[in-house]
Amino acid sequence: MSAPEVKELPGFRETAFASRSFVFGLAITLIVCAVAAVSFVWTPYDVTDLAISDRLKAPSADHWFGTDHFGRDIASMIMVGARNSIAVALVAVIIGVGIGVPLGCWAAARGGLPDEALMRGNDVIFAFPALLSAVMISAVFGPGAINAIIAIGIFNIPVFARLARGGALALWQRDFIAAARVSGKSSIRITVEHIVPNIADILIVQATIALALGILQEAGLAYVGLGTQPPFPSWGRMLNEAQTMMSFAPHMAIAPGLAIVFTVLGLNLLGDGLRDALDPRLARMRS
Amino acid sequence: MSLAIDNLHLSIGESHILHGISLTVQPGRILGIVGESGSGKSMTALSAMQLLPPGSRTTGSIRFAGRELCDANDELMQDLRGDDIAMIFQEPMTALNPVHTIGDQIAEGICLHTGASTKEAYRKAENLMADVGLPVERFPLSRFPHQLSGGQRQRVAIAMACAQSPDLLIADEPTTALDVVLQAQILDLLRGRVDNTGMGLMLITHDLAVVADMADDIVVMREGEIVDQGSTKAVLRAMAHPYTAKLAKASTHRPELKPAAASPEVKDKPIVQARDVTREYPTPRKSLFRKGDTFRAVDGVRFDINPGQSLGLVGASGCGKSTLAKMILALDKPTAGTISIIGTDIVNADTIAMRPVRRAVQAVFQDPGGSFDPRHTVERLIAEPLHLEPKLTSAEKRKRVLDALAEVAMPADSLHRYPHEFSGGQRQRLALARALITRPSLIVADEPVSALDVSIRAQVLDLIADLRHRLGIAWLFISHDLGVVRAICDEVMVMDAGQIVEQGPCDDVFNKPQSDAAQALVAATPDLARAIAEAEIEAGEDA
Repeated sequence: MSAPEVKELPGFRETAFASRSFVFGLAITLIVCAVAAVSFVWTPYDVTDLAISDRLKAPSADHWFGTDHFGRDIASMIMVGARNSIAVALVAVIIGVGIGVPLGCWAAARGGLPDEALMRGNDVIFAFPALLSAVMISAVFGPGAINAIIAIGIFNIPVFARLARGGALALWQRDFIAAARVSGKSSIRITVEHIVPNIADILIVQATIALALGILQEAGLAYVGLGTQPPFPSWGRMLNEAQTMMSFAPHMAIAPGLAIVFTVLGLNLLGDGLRDALDPRLARMRS
Repeated sequence: MSLAIDNLHLSIGESHILHGISLTVQPGRILGIVGESGSGKSMTALSAMQLLPPGSRTTGSIRFAGRELCDANDELMQDLRGDDIAMIFQEPMTALNPVHTIGDQIAEGICLHTGASTKEAYRKAENLMADVGLPVERFPLSRFPHQLSGGQRQRVAIAMACAQSPDLLIADEPTTALDVVLQAQILDLLRGRVDNTGMGLMLITHDLAVVADMADDIVVMREGEIVDQGSTKAVLRAMAHPYTAKLAKASTHRPELKPAAASPEVKDKPIVQARDVTREYPTPRKSLFRKGDTFRAVDGVRFDINPGQSLGLVGASGCGKSTLAKMILALDKPTAGTISIIGTDIVNADTIAMRPVRRAVQAVFQDPGGSFDPRHTVERLIAEPLHLEPKLTSAEKRKRVLDALAEVAMPADSLHRYPHEFSGGQRQRLALARALITRPSLIVADEPVSALDVSIRAQVLDLIADLRHRLGIAWLFISHDLGVVRAICDEVMVMDAGQIVEQGPCDDVFNKPQSDAAQALVAATPDLARAIAEAEIEAGEDA
């Protein structure tokens, strides 16, 4: 993402690392990413290994989070599932940012009818509950990780379009934009050089939060069987499979549940911390 | 009941803001506190209200009506605030709550302090509104702040502040956000309240001319200290402290106007020819099926700007002068009429045809903070207009930027710094550098010195006059401050309700204004030079 851009900002590091939520959020997010990265080269067990004899084992030194009803190691599944969750949410956010931000900036620069049409189109997408429409898309095009990404991504578009448009509209009123126009720059050039860097802050914060929401939505879709398909592990489907065994194998539900909570919590803290760190700087600059 | 501040020291965190302030506000008198930004004048006022930011420590004494306010508890202060001591601020829009009607807001304070019923409070509010010149027949109490103009909002703020007939009113830059005509009205209103009710007024302003007109006594502050104090006449006459003299000199500063150098590119032909320029805006729809009326912001304006000419454009706020400037800068299109700049019809020109025009016309804006992208270095910001000359290499570009910086007397090491590292006056110099870099024939300046302290303003005015003399640049200088226009322009246009109602050489227009609008502007402008002269004459009579 646009992380390097943040680092350029003077004074950002000091404020960010003074913020507890930023430090904790960043730490949790890095842990989750590290776990996902490690799963590419090493997991305690192969997630496709079925060992029926070891099924429904409680957590132990051999199996940290126990085993499921097919005898698969839950810790390994969580690790590989993290990869899946992050990939789906990240690509969905990239779709949202990649399409939403240009649309929003375009609407703000053009104004008038195109702006109106675009924002009303946004409202239409907003009017559908996100999960319901995701179900619809998955139902039409078939379940699978790709369709889950598309479904979640589509719902990120209006969020980012609206945010970008709002920020850009306020900037278009500023004198430094007028100065750029007086020097004869086109609106596309002004958008790239002045508008986007100045709304990057709010977009980064929103992207972090959209990432957390994306992970939740992916889990939700997988839970109802419309996300990632077996045998590839997914936190949401693990929860689904654990449902019928809650009474005698609660660890099957607790482990993926905690993984989701942990990751979403980390991303939300990171988003909060980023907002805290970026906002006072904005306030200083405005004064 | 008077307010007496004695040896007041204030520090916030590690920084010392006030160093031993002593002053008195007598009932029925106006004390003017003058100073430039950072002089601690607002902090003095906030100390009296005990509304200081968290982490402030005060020592010394603030006595009001026999009670010590320094470190007074909240209970006592809440009792005094709004009842015995009231305050009004610079920006009335932010001082009023946008979601409550003005009636509710005036009545709230009355109910709170007297325990009156809502009905009684409303009746009192009606009287107060009449007192501040907003009769209820025309300005019902059910209006919201956004339905009033800036001057009307400030009147409402005064009505609220005066609801309890306070013994002391603190006014912190009450007219800075208003144009001169409204400023004169608000100052008259305040003067009247002081004379009629015997309240004391602490008037805080950066404008020595306002204080000279209004105040009985004067305190001049600099960097948290009082440098000069006494009755207004005495202070103006004696100019005992060099800083007072410097302020007065800067406030009345008129740069030496030398003839402009001949501009080589455009000979005698006018740079700008505006013919019957009109800009209409639609007003909000009346209903789903009925369009709103159109509002004419600029109405059939015609004028020329010649090479090297310095043309002033003055008028009350809302008269259309900024809209006109936007159209000259091709940021907005007229709905009728033509504007031609160096022979190009800019209303219908495409981007390519506009290039020479963009090179020829540059702009400087009012807010030195807002006219730069905070994320770019000075080099990139000043070089922004150079994209019009794509053939330049980056070394040539840097040379042009350095030349422009030298023109405005800014050091070359500014290149790699960011705009927030500079003061307001320096940023306005940088804005001039950006405007100069294309070697323009005309610079449109919209209130370029309004946001600056007087001493900085004088320097920037000198710079503007100098640039005209050396580089032959023509200026369209927009301001509501007649003093500034008079100092820098040879010709002036007066605008009112979208039309140019008067045009001529500065001295003619300002000495013998013909139109109502020009007369109102001239009459409303506080004249420091005259006030000083009067003080000196009186001193001569006394002697």
